[in-house]
Amino acid sequence: MNDTKLNIVVIDENPVRAAILEDGLRDAGYTRVTRIGEMGNLLRRLADLDPDVMLIDLENPSRDVLEQMFQVSRIVRRPVAMFVDQSDGTMIQAAVDAGVSAYIVGGLQKDRVRPILDMTISRFNAFSRLQGELDEARGKLAERKVIERAKGILMKQRGMNEEDAYRLLRETAMTQKKKLADIAEGVVMAARLLGS
Amino acid sequence: MKDMQASDWDAAESLRGGDEPGDLRTVRAGFIPLVDCAPLIVAAEKGFDRREGLRLELVRETSWANIRDRVNLGHLDCAQMLAGMPIASSLGVGHITVPTIAPFLLGLNGNAVTVSLALFQGMLAADAGSAPLDPAVQGAALRAVVEERRRLGARPLTFGMVFPFSCHNYELRYWMAAAGIDPDRDVRLVVIPPPLMVESLEAGHIDGFCVGEPWNSLAVDAGIGRIVVTKSALWNMGVEKVLGVRADWAEENRPVLEALVRVLYRAAHWADDPANRAELADLLARPGYLGVDAGLILRPLSGDLILQAGEPPTHVEDFLVFNRQAANFPWVSQAVWIYTQMVRWGQVEASPEAEQAARRCFRPDIYRAAVRDAGLGASLPSMNAKVEGALAGRTAVGSADGRLTLGPDRFFDGLVFDPDDTAGYLDRLAIRT
Repeated sequence: MNDTKLNIVVIDENPVRAAILEDGLRDAGYTRVTRIGEMGNLLRRLADLDPDVMLIDLENPSRDVLEQMFQVSRIVRRPVAMFVDQSDGTMIQAAVDAGVSAYIVGGLQKDRVRPILDMTISRFNAFSRLQGELDEARGKLAERKVIERAKGILMKQRGMNEEDAYRLLRETAMTQKKKLADIAEGVVMAARLLGS
Repeated sequence: MKDMQASDWDAAESLRGGDEPGDLRTVRAGFIPLVDCAPLIVAAEKGFDRREGLRLELVRETSWANIRDRVNLGHLDCAQMLAGMPIASSLGVGHITVPTIAPFLLGLNGNAVTVSLALFQGMLAADAGSAPLDPAVQGAALRAVVEERRRLGARPLTFGMVFPFSCHNYELRYWMAAAGIDPDRDVRLVVIPPPLMVESLEAGHIDGFCVGEPWNSLAVDAGIGRIVVTKSALWNMGVEKVLGVRADWAEENRPVLEALVRVLYRAAHWADDPANRAELADLLARPGYLGVDAGLILRPLSGDLILQAGEPPTHVEDFLVFNRQAANFPWVSQAVWIYTQMVRWGQVEASPEAEQAARRCFRPDIYRAAVRDAGLGASLPSMNAKVEGALAGRTAVGSADGRLTLGPDRFFDGLVFDPDDTAGYLDRLAIRT
């Protein structure tokens, strides 16, 4: 069998991450990639799809469903073995760190699966980075908002103009060796507690 | 401003009782949101960890496979595990071989079998109503339905359980086989993650399941399920969850592990006290832990189960046991019993080496060293193994303080398990893979 014909199932409830992985696999020439995003009746659906390789995100409770497939070969047509033996320690480590786990059908040569897993790990890592950047951007936005609110409070309470309010916040942050956003948050919280 | 931030910190810290992390050894423990993870939660929330110089960092996991992998990789120091998991890991069944041990049992009993109301209707027609929760009567009724479906050419019934090496798997199989149902041929058993059990039952993907609480009670309250059997009636005082650690971690961190055993002993003792029930239910109900209604959690804690929506509670003695009757003591015989079930159902090939390896997974020596002379009031049995299922009622047994009583510990079919004769025991089991 040509490797690009390997039947790959991606089990992931996160559509963005699954799409990123599917793209990567298709770019690498794997044409038979199916995504399962709904976990109901999973074993039945896997039996119908009869995949060679299954990729599942680590936070998915349905990992335990796949674990059963090593035990039960009657429901699923072919017995399944995990892509691990004692020599795969570093591979498991890399996969778990990336937040993904891989299962392959017994008998499939490991070197044929390796590029798929490498691709999966790198795409999962890329997704985490994107997620991290997004969280950071959201955090920055939230910080900006709280600084704006703190400025507003100071302007109203102490009759300052915007520039002075900002300077006071910044100087306080410097003398307290704290982040500007933390000081701003303190101002907002104080205003809330004092009912003003 | 500064003061206010300080007081905010105090508020956050007081949830955990104001730790001083610098002085404490952090131990990362994984858990699955189930009522029987209580000793771990109590240990951290009630500050039992700090009394032994530890700081338990609890990590909620979503699957048993994750628990196993993260313990293997050292992301977690220890975890709540299904009793079969350390044995499976030590034998290298289903995954790579990583010697894993259980020096402490987190709880006994606590599981139940729930069936769909449609299936229960069929069972009622076969006399299931005559003795609720009696495994023999319920099993016979189930068998009648199984046979009727076979006559009609209907699809076989499907039951959910939580993991290949779970006690749930072995209990369900034991119950069915004793009733004359072959769990491999007459029905289908599938793994379903507990959070999906109720909806799978509702969608008709499964006809019943064996799971821990609160999931049985949730199916009852959803008006879609009926509790027909409890683990306490199948095999009373049988091991359920354990504290699992890698054998090499235990070796390298022996004083920490012994301290952890003492922490968990105190926590389990606290959790077992009826006076603490309401507080425990509130603790477990928090969103970071189980995230379900405290009233629901009270049912397994008190043993006052509602078997079916609209019915008054039925009291089940010892439905879930955290500490009494030396519940935390890792009986080697119970590890060997699990090994026999692995052999029985084709997960493990019988061999003296495998049996020895399974024996070594439960570590009463560590438990003894940890609790002896520690002022915990823990009764230490004089033996490390016992004949399982031999006690018909409360019985005084040999112990260091002469105060230990055990039992009843019967299997519902009356079979007795002698851990020194696994071959003879397996021969007596009619149905096996």
